[in-house]
Amino acid sequence: MAAYVTQGFELDNSGKRVVVDPICRIEGHLRIEVNLDDRNVIRNAVSTGTMWRGLEVILKGRDPRDAWAFTERICGVCTGVHALASVRAVENALKIQIPNNANVIRNLMHATLYAQDHLVHFYHLHALDWVDVVSALSADPKKTSELAQSISSWPMSSPGYYRDLHSRLAKFVESGQLGPFSNAYWGNPAYKLPPEANLMAVGHYLQALDFQKEIVKIQTIFGGKNPHPNWMVGGMPCSINVNETGAVGAINMERLNQVSKIVDDTIAFIDNVYIPDLLAIASFYKTWTYGGGISSKSLLSYGDFPEIANDYSASSLAFPRGAVLNGDLSTIHEVDLDDESQIQEFVDHSWYTYAEAGKGLHPYNGETNPKFELGQGVKGTKTRIENLDESAKYSWVKAPRFKGSPMEVGPLARYVIGYLQGKPEFKEPVDKVLTDLGLPLEAIFTTLGRTAARGLECSWAAHKMRQYTDELIANIKAGDTACANVDMWEPSTWPKQARGHGFVEAPRGALGHWIVIENQKIANYQCIVPTTWNATPRDAQGQIGAYEAALMDTKMEVADQPLEILRTIHSFDPCLACATHVMSPEGKELTSVKVR
Amino acid sequence: MADTFYDVMRRQGISRRSFLKFCSLTATSLGLGPAFVPQIVHAMETKPRTPVIWLHGLECTCCTESFIRSAHPLVSDVVLSMISLDYDDTIMAAAGHQAEAILEQTIEKYDGQFVLACEGNPPLNEDGMYCFQGGIPYLEKLKKMADHAAHIIAWGSCASWGCVQAAKPNPTQAVPIHKVLNKPVIKVPGCPPIPEVMTGIVTYLLTFGLPELDRQGRPKMFYSQRIHDKCYRRPHFDAGQFVEKFDDEGARKGYCLYKVGCKGPTTYNACSTTRWNEAVSFPIGSGHGCIGCSEDAFWDKGSFYDRVTDIQPQIESTADRVGGTLAAVTGAAVVAHAAASAIKRARDTKGAKTTEKGGA
Repeated sequence: MAAYVTQGFELDNSGKRVVVDPICRIEGHLRIEVNLDDRNVIRNAVSTGTMWRGLEVILKGRDPRDAWAFTERICGVCTGVHALASVRAVENALKIQIPNNANVIRNLMHATLYAQDHLVHFYHLHALDWVDVVSALSADPKKTSELAQSISSWPMSSPGYYRDLHSRLAKFVESGQLGPFSNAYWGNPAYKLPPEANLMAVGHYLQALDFQKEIVKIQTIFGGKNPHPNWMVGGMPCSINVNETGAVGAINMERLNQVSKIVDDTIAFIDNVYIPDLLAIASFYKTWTYGGGISSKSLLSYGDFPEIANDYSASSLAFPRGAVLNGDLSTIHEVDLDDESQIQEFVDHSWYTYAEAGKGLHPYNGETNPKFELGQGVKGTKTRIENLDESAKYSWVKAPRFKGSPMEVGPLARYVIGYLQGKPEFKEPVDKVLTDLGLPLEAIFTTLGRTAARGLECSWAAHKMRQYTDELIANIKAGDTACANVDMWEPSTWPKQARGHGFVEAPRGALGHWIVIENQKIANYQCIVPTTWNATPRDAQGQIGAYEAALMDTKMEVADQPLEILRTIHSFDPCLACATHVMSPEGKELTSVKVR
Repeated sequence: MADTFYDVMRRQGISRRSFLKFCSLTATSLGLGPAFVPQIVHAMETKPRTPVIWLHGLECTCCTESFIRSAHPLVSDVVLSMISLDYDDTIMAAAGHQAEAILEQTIEKYDGQFVLACEGNPPLNEDGMYCFQGGIPYLEKLKKMADHAAHIIAWGSCASWGCVQAAKPNPTQAVPIHKVLNKPVIKVPGCPPIPEVMTGIVTYLLTFGLPELDRQGRPKMFYSQRIHDKCYRRPHFDAGQFVEKFDDEGARKGYCLYKVGCKGPTTYNACSTTRWNEAVSFPIGSGHGCIGCSEDAFWDKGSFYDRVTDIQPQIESTADRVGGTLAAVTGAAVVAHAAASAIKRARDTKGAKTTEKGGA
């Protein structure tokens, strides 16, 4: 490939090729290949989804009321987001109105997922890119305690706590059985934290691991289990009964009290542990300004958390809705999931074919014909790939585009769009973090900016959990205990043909489901998920996606230790089972249902 | 963190005296004489943690997420003190070559001594390239590690049965792992399995060795009874008190969910006893029927809201026998009713596959 320029990046694949496969600490299976120049700077980046599952074909012919359970199994990490998108799609298609309580409970369950998922991402999937576990051994427990107490009032911070932790850690390392910390990049010069900050972070890694399981109990109360709680078309299955016979078998005062306690504990943990840690860690990495990619150019958010039941317009949504294109931060574009000219998927570099090659298809007209074929430039064989050839097809992920442009989705997209719209709940926390760290606004368009936005969002979600809990109690107090609308439960009440979309802002970004119902069965089902946007391969114009762009021009400290690549890729919180869920019978072209 | 088994037991409040008693019981159960007790004590006090290699095929990672929800034991204790989780792509610090090198190191150092825990399953179509890692098919990686493992655990319904990607028409030809391995597999089904069932199996393996399995390979201790057998709403079933529609009066009173599709009567799992997330609830406890997620091919057995029509009148306990007569009468009535609606449905769909057949 000759060097070429796209979206302001100069791509050149002539240098040393480095392969990272598998990328660990993510959901699913992802491969990254990069080319380094002689200064170990990334000059070309290639993102490949290496699994293909999907559900769209499996869903065909099934009962639309069951679709939430199938799609929920697209992802067990962001569990529930696909179920929510699915019930919304069916309700949109069949024009079913859900009761206020169902809306509030869904918002509460969704905010609960945000709090748990972002917390786990930060400590268990991302922190080890910034925190050197082995360096923590050189920490002074007393000084660690002083550091911890200087940034937070969190109680588990005594010198004794850190002394115990230190001796446990020392014993662990001395055993020679490093478990999940084996063969990693400890001592790499890209790690910048002092030993005490590392020890503090290790302590919070363990505390967060123990605590996260508490947060999800809210999903268990309303959905029966977690991961994969239960949902339903028309509302929620958890009936409310606070007064009468049988209340013990329903949402009652004891259940609401348990929710309330968990909400308080969640807010306390996130605001007293996660946020102070995030700021402390960020303060040591202020000069590591890589990873912006297309975040200052192309951003998309569908919006979410309808504050008014059944109203999915921008004014009802607590999360911002809109799109930024071509780096023009002064214009927020409208987003319409039904507009067939806005969202389209391409497969020029994906392992699929379309009946009409090179065309982009809106999800209502989507096609999924898998075709695994490697380019001429591939090194290796079909089942032993050394290097991929990005000039040909090279990923199981399709290439979605918004008005022809690759987009970044996720916490940073939401915060930037909310900021640009002047919404105080997004603008003020961003300004405060930047002021505290002494950084300009541009600093948010980085890997660290993405990671910071996720932390702010986690705190936002935890406080939203309080709001939704209070709303639920207020509703019940006002005498409203309805939880499900079953007027159209029976398929015999449905129109012969219907179609609709459901959207959700998942923790990882904009998620859309599109459903076509014919004769009470699913005739077509398509999903475009956050990681499909972010992990997208190239398109016919050679435009690169969010992952590929974010890796560009990053300098690696040690060429064969992919620490910087992990840092930036992890900042997106990849979910590859989501990105590559699509399916169809082998080689057989799927019916593309054209409703119009 | 690198505690021996003894350290962990001590931290959980178990005295040295009880620990020694445990060791002598272990000796007895292994058919060893009292002379072997000191050896067992020594091993428990000093032996390295058992290495666990946790692989991921086609899956959604809900099993890992469930595992980290375990409260007793805490997952941090399991991972840092009881086992040595040397490979798990979802949480391990290393990536790429450095991660894959651990697999080779494990085979070299712990050949025949490590536990292989498998989440997800391998696809067979397209030479296995619907799921590849490190440039090679997952199937290859799975088989290689299985060849050298002491025990193999199939986490969840994907590895045990195939689960959602193997639902009709199973385009990637995803198969449960026992189909491609020639060694015994401990199946721990569920989508996902219950957190404490997962850690319970792991700690059982470390403590007592192989659990007793049923004919399908599931540990009897967690999978030998139906949700229905121990459901707290069972008295309502026996009394003929049903939720007729979601959020109706019966739903608010916590009546039986059979008529809105509960698969508890045909599902073998521990949900109604162990419950979920520190016993906070389980699906039926929160108003939705069981969808049967620990059963083979549960995706292809009709809608989750269709009534189960094949309840076995099997009586497992004396408690069952007490309510048996009443249950039989009610059961017969609802089955008759369900059969009538099934016929109606079949007529409505005019020769299309009925939902009972699945995949419709």
